[in-house]
Amino acid sequence: MRNPIRSEADAFRFVLLTIGYFALIVIGSVINVWLGVVVFVVLSAGVLWWFVMRRGEAQAPVKQAPAASPPEEHRVLVVANETVGGSQLLETIRGRIADRNARVLVVCPALNSPLRHWASDEDGAREHAQERLDASLKTMQSAGIQASGEIGDGDPIQAIEDAVRTFRPDELVVSTHPLGKSHWLERGVVEKARERFALPVTHVVVDRP
Amino acid sequence: MTAVAGEHHGPPPIHYSSRVSPSVLGMFLFIASEIMLFGSFFTVYFFDRVVNHSFGGQWPPPGMHRPAFVAGVNTLILVTSSFTMHWADSSIKKGNRAGLQAGLVLTVLLGLAFLLTQVVEYHRIGFNTSDTSFAATFFGLTGLHGAHVFVGLSILTVMMVRAFRGHFSPEHHHGIEIGGIYWHFVDVMWIVVYVTVYLL
Repeated sequence: MRNPIRSEADAFRFVLLTIGYFALIVIGSVINVWLGVVVFVVLSAGVLWWFVMRRGEAQAPVKQAPAASPPEEHRVLVVANETVGGSQLLETIRGRIADRNARVLVVCPALNSPLRHWASDEDGAREHAQERLDASLKTMQSAGIQASGEIGDGDPIQAIEDAVRTFRPDELVVSTHPLGKSHWLERGVVEKARERFALPVTHVVVDRP
Repeated sequence: MTAVAGEHHGPPPIHYSSRVSPSVLGMFLFIASEIMLFGSFFTVYFFDRVVNHSFGGQWPPPGMHRPAFVAGVNTLILVTSSFTMHWADSSIKKGNRAGLQAGLVLTVLLGLAFLLTQVVEYHRIGFNTSDTSFAATFFGLTGLHGAHVFVGLSILTVMMVRAFRGHFSPEHHHGIEIGGIYWHFVDVMWIVVYVTVYLL
């Protein structure tokens, strides 16, 4: 959840809104107690509606250019879950780094169930992500690709955003299962990544890891 | 192929996923805990108001007058202090040190005026904490808020002294930002307390 109040100016606006909110309730109550209750219910519903709508807006694409990596180095960020060891993905990464001096970072999101996420029970998800990451790095190493890796947020877009801020990649490779088998494609992860990040995004479909 | 092993050290030391700096986030978490504290006091107040039928449903109990006008003036004072606080914050962002200093001095003075008015109100209100459950919840809620104003004033005083010593700049004004957020929270809480305890 994104906090709508992020600064002193936001907090000040919140003070003004609070004054308006309670002033209307008090005016309603002075005219008639039940009118005050109606004003309270209507305003509260309005605030709730605005908040829900705003959450939808917050997910709208935000172009975000990462700081450029050093000119002599080409950085590739690879985000994948179970498909991280797929041969199609390895070929794509080889193609991306070609003859350049490249750094590859593999991010494995710690995929979790919503219930476990809300219960902050992430240990299992992180352990599984670590296993996948270790296996992936091993596969990549045996394929001649040197890469480092880390576990990312359970939300793949958030995981990409975190890595974009810290790794500052030049391009992004997202690996998914084919349409019909991929939760990420169902949720439009690739489209969101293309809209949100000012980076070249390569989508690799891997049927079998 | 010249793929070079990356030297990326993860996870990063500071996590900026929420796009809020750790110190601001800390203040928000603190405020969240404060909202829970106030929430428990409001729960007691509303429970007492709904369940207590000792005086035939009359609220507040007979003979207990709530000084809504004086508290209303006090509300205006506190709301005005939010404006001066915002002025101070806006001023330092534009590099206007005089505006920052004047804004903080005015905010501290208004906060002091609020607190002194509350002390005088307590002195003249005519009932005490042990008189009825209404009195207990009244002093509990307004006193809890008064304590927060005192804490806010202490923070503002430190900010003011630092402002006069030449601290803060358009690039570095985190101390003002965080203290301002706390002061606005105190203001919002008072509006809720005033409306529920004095008006409704």
